[in-house]
Amino acid sequence: MNRKTPLKLSALVAGLALALSGCAAGGASGPTKLQSLGDNEKTLSLLGWPGYAEDGSNDPAYDWVSPFEKETGCQVTFKAYGTSDEALNLFKSGDYDVIAASGDATLRLIASGDVQPLNTDLIPNYAGVYPFLKNQAWNTVDGETYGVPHGYGANLLMYNTEVVKPAPTSWDVVFDKASAYKGKVTAYDSPIYIADAALYLMAHNPDLNITNPYALDETQLAAAVDLLKAQKTNVGEYWSDYLKSIDSFSSGNSVVGTTWQVIKNFMPEGSTVEAILPSEGATGWSDSWMVSSTTKSPNCAYAWLNYIDSPEANAAATEYFGEAPATADACQFGSEGFCESYHAGDADYAAKIWYWTTPVEKCLDGRTDVKCTDYSAWTTAWQEIKG
Amino acid sequence: MTMNSVREQPATSVVRQSFAHRVSSRLYTSAKLRLRLLISAPLLWLSLVYVAALLALFITAFWTMDSFTGDIRVEWNIDNFVQLFTNSLYQAVTLRTIGIALAVTLIDIVIALPIAFFMAKVASPRMRGILVISILMPLWASYLVKAYAWRSVLSNDGILQWLLRPLGLDTPGYSLVGAALTLGYIWLPYVILPIYTGLEKVPQNILEASSDLGAKTWSTLRLIVFPMLLPAIAAGSIFAFSLTMGDYITINIVGGATQMLGNLVYTNVGTANNLPMAAAIAMIPVAIMFIYLTAVRKTGALDNL
Repeated sequence: MNRKTPLKLSALVAGLALALSGCAAGGASGPTKLQSLGDNEKTLSLLGWPGYAEDGSNDPAYDWVSPFEKETGCQVTFKAYGTSDEALNLFKSGDYDVIAASGDATLRLIASGDVQPLNTDLIPNYAGVYPFLKNQAWNTVDGETYGVPHGYGANLLMYNTEVVKPAPTSWDVVFDKASAYKGKVTAYDSPIYIADAALYLMAHNPDLNITNPYALDETQLAAAVDLLKAQKTNVGEYWSDYLKSIDSFSSGNSVVGTTWQVIKNFMPEGSTVEAILPSEGATGWSDSWMVSSTTKSPNCAYAWLNYIDSPEANAAATEYFGEAPATADACQFGSEGFCESYHAGDADYAAKIWYWTTPVEKCLDGRTDVKCTDYSAWTTAWQEIKG
Repeated sequence: MTMNSVREQPATSVVRQSFAHRVSSRLYTSAKLRLRLLISAPLLWLSLVYVAALLALFITAFWTMDSFTGDIRVEWNIDNFVQLFTNSLYQAVTLRTIGIALAVTLIDIVIALPIAFFMAKVASPRMRGILVISILMPLWASYLVKAYAWRSVLSNDGILQWLLRPLGLDTPGYSLVGAALTLGYIWLPYVILPIYTGLEKVPQNILEASSDLGAKTWSTLRLIVFPMLLPAIAAGSIFAFSLTMGDYITINIVGGATQMLGNLVYTNVGTANNLPMAAAIAMIPVAIMFIYLTAVRKTGALDNL
């Protein structure tokens, strides 16, 4: 007992020193990646969007967690979050081993050292992932992969076919022509929605020279903010809860605005709504499973990452949520028409999607002569837009 | 049995007994000490949970946040407060919040006065019991349920639209008006009850005396009842006003695209992860309530709570 105490103390001092040096280096030399796998631990706690890890308790027909538990012996607990920002706060508590994060959160997680780089050689199913989802700005930094893809989808334009005529093909119905539907326009309630305005300006205001909606310098951000302030006078309400969006479209309080495929799929029968990918393209998400840098269950975490990219599990999870799977093989396991309805693997469709990426100071489009506006600036701007 | 156990450990039990005895006799003789011990636990709770938390909030407002990693940095500065006073966003939202809070307070007082008067002075004891229960009943339902119920009431195909359509009017929809109506409904019991208690304290014979001396109903209400009731109204208004000042859920559900101070706090905690800024914004309602309470104190309403 007595002999152990100094050991503990020195370990503590070493740990503190490590933590301090980690701070000084700005987290660059932070967590290291796993070289080999060992025996599975007993537990694994997951954090993800609702419906990303179903164990049959919501609907016995949807259960891809129990097979994993049987196969690996890792007892899974799952916590769902509502927004990317909520996810970030929850994950910082250190209570979670693995997180499914969208691109507007991943870079922040990497920068703060909360997640560890991955050794993809230890994840056999990673090989089956669509190439256009690998090594992207939202999951890879300095050549290190931090996340394995879960699935992807686009923020579509939904409209009420009875009210919005002729059928729109462009986002202009929620921007320049929105006044026709004053008070009935809806938009996604998050700073990342600024990218939707930037995407629109990219096509309709070439003078601004926007090449990536997530890389905006101050003038470009100001233009997007002006567009959104003008839009706000026509907005009935903003949504971040997809059930609220379903409710306002089915009651007629909203007739046109941003949506997800899953909202369109869950609209009550007899609703006269349509969801399209407009000509300008759209913003979208490609979610990644990432491993906490302080996890006590790294082997279970790797086992989960491998499992969720296995064709059966990936098909079950992404079809349940309403998005395209991350692997081509998953299409064999989903129900008929599943991959077609989400345009899975359609590289042309995927190319029209600008996946959510955290805006950072170092411009994502490669410009070095200006500083870009970061997420914090976007957040302030978003508050001002809402007034 | 007792004799046995005493015999087994004579020495210790004597010592313990004498100590316990000393404590109890000390407590018996000193009423002050007794009171202090009794009050110390709740007082500690109040100071730790309430006052200390407010202080911590105030201190946090002087720190900053690393904008990218989201970590809080302890660097003392007043940037957050400079922002509060110079950025027009915060002024607009503060004014809007005060406006809604005042509107809700006014709506509630106007509705509560006649109901409370009827309950206290007109209704039979049986009727009074039924009314008190029906006013307290909505408090059993969750706040969220009531707000979502109003979401469907106010919606485009809701009951309000159906009622107003024949009159050539439209539902206010999800807007500031909708939010004020909903909040007015939710806080109404908190306003009726103090006014009702205040009215019960007005003696019946004063009203009769006023009427005997020739005063009409309206004069009696204006000159006799209202001045006596003012503290009770002020007490009720504290509830409606302060509860509205801090609200951010109702405005999210039925407020449409508008936001209140609570939403700014919420986005700074939830979205921006900027706790220092959230703390600074949270100081605005605290300051406003402080001013409001000081004003109300002058009316003597606080003695009525």
